[in-house]
Amino acid sequence: MEARLDDSTPVLTGHKARADRSFKWLALGAGLAVLVVLGLIVFTMVRRTGPALDQMGLKFFTEKRWAPPKKIYGALALIWGTVFTATIALVLAVPLSIGIALFVTQVAPRKLKTPIVYLLDLLAVVPSVVFGMWGVLVLAPHIKGLYGWLHRTFDAWPVLGSIFGKPQTRSFLTAGIILAVMVTPIITSLAREVIETTPASEKEAALALGATKWEMIRGSVIPHSKGGLVGAVMLGLGRAMGETIAVALTIGSALGQVTINALAPGNSMPSLITAEWGEADALKKSALITVAVTLFLMTIIVNTAATAVVQRSIKKSRGALV
Amino acid sequence: MSTTATTISNGGTPDVDLSEHNSWRKTKSRIMISLTGVAALIIAIPLFFVIGTLISKGAGVVFRDFPAFFTKGIPTRSEDFGPGMGPAIIGTLTITGFATLVAVPLGILGAIYLHEYGKGTKLAAVVRFLATVMTGVPSIVMGLFIYVIFTLRYGLSGVGGALALACLMLPVVIRATEEMLKLVPDHLREASYALGTGKARTILTIVLPSALPGIVSGCLLAVARAAGETAPLLFTIGAARESRFNIFSGATTALPAQIFENAKSSYPGARERGWGAALTLLMITFLFTLVARLVTAAYKKRR
Repeated sequence: MEARLDDSTPVLTGHKARADRSFKWLALGAGLAVLVVLGLIVFTMVRRTGPALDQMGLKFFTEKRWAPPKKIYGALALIWGTVFTATIALVLAVPLSIGIALFVTQVAPRKLKTPIVYLLDLLAVVPSVVFGMWGVLVLAPHIKGLYGWLHRTFDAWPVLGSIFGKPQTRSFLTAGIILAVMVTPIITSLAREVIETTPASEKEAALALGATKWEMIRGSVIPHSKGGLVGAVMLGLGRAMGETIAVALTIGSALGQVTINALAPGNSMPSLITAEWGEADALKKSALITVAVTLFLMTIIVNTAATAVVQRSIKKSRGALV
Repeated sequence: MSTTATTISNGGTPDVDLSEHNSWRKTKSRIMISLTGVAALIIAIPLFFVIGTLISKGAGVVFRDFPAFFTKGIPTRSEDFGPGMGPAIIGTLTITGFATLVAVPLGILGAIYLHEYGKGTKLAAVVRFLATVMTGVPSIVMGLFIYVIFTLRYGLSGVGGALALACLMLPVVIRATEEMLKLVPDHLREASYALGTGKARTILTIVLPSALPGIVSGCLLAVARAAGETAPLLFTIGAARESRFNIFSGATTALPAQIFENAKSSYPGARERGWGAALTLLMITFLFTLVARLVTAAYKKRR
């Protein structure tokens, strides 16, 4: 296709040809900017991890203490905090997002569909710092009763007893709830796109066989969009892991916390960086940059895998159509 | 329910009762379908709560002695009550504005490369992939990156923050623009070539104008997102309390940074300013989103 278009471009001469060509180079340069920025991020930041990694070695990733006065820098508790809050967020957000996506695409009449989509778009542009401020000043004080109830009710249960341990209002769960609200619009909008690729013929086939609406969704829509939905969830995970300010305000900023008690305060990688950057000396700055590089790599891996999964499922569903 | 699915795909005789009178299947379907509706209701709750809180706690602060909140400086002592957020509003507008000036032209040109010049080439595929990867870079990492390559050398200033925001906007603008360029039909390009117009001129005078509304709305959404970013500003712009129009030198401040500071503060006066700043920021981002929507709607109508 491209060749055909190029063949049809007229042959220019003189300064016109030069202008034409220089525009092409300009566009190419702009395209390469992405490459340059990503390359520079990796190069400049990895270079600054030196002092911290010299001090700690690979123990940086397995040590849970973060004690700058003793020159001990361990990222384990922070990595745990990031993974734990993001997991809580997904546990809450995934059923919600897929429910909304199904409602918007399969159930809601057109009149209801548009306002819901508008609402989600608005939710998606609410700045994270606003969610964070609301979380710490409004949600946290009001959720005390619920946390106490969860703790008392499940105290004697085997697993839930440990998950709902001694409660504190700023905790992994509080951060997870705020994150869930923030990633729901993202997962929903992707899930919607994926679900909408289900061919009408497959849905009609299920209905023609006498399936109820829910059986049609379980039998035709979900199997068809499974890959894309997994990708959507992973993109949500990437966003939740990288979110900084909302988490910094609500997670409680407690160091060294590696626990499955969701009601305990903790810390995450991005939230620690914002909290400690101000008064950091050279070694600590290096340690914080190492934390950032770790976070960068984790989110890149998650996002790349997510993109690959989504691309593959789109290709597959296109193939099915052809 | 998996039995139903397998029966369907096997095409054999259904081993579940598919008769009209099996009411449990219908009830189950009804329950699950209503649950999807409940999900849609649940997500409306936090939005209304957040907006409600901002209005009830912020509107009084913002509109008391109007327009003092928008024009007066930030009190030097955090415990003081009273306006305003002038420097932060100026900071947000100048920093986001400069970020837009950098990211939008670069992003549009990048998308032009991807779709008009590089289409189908390996390099374009790599750039497109990396743009997707770049969308996922956490904003705090972008802030530290600009700190390392810019702020360490040139000190705290609005430009540092703007560069970090521009890096965050760039991949978003590229992707939005490329999607819009894809919608421009090839026959428009070919008609232009047939008239002897060069490729660059065709792109600038035919392709871009016909994709413009979509590009504008995509860019406005990117600006709305960038205006609310906090983390990249923390390392790059510093914390000034007086207005600074010159973003090229000296510490400045911005609404998100002020909200973050005041949300952590225990002084009622500071918190009050925080709510006011949050409402102001929300109004700015919603305004951009609304304009983006209107542009898209007007464009659809014209077609």
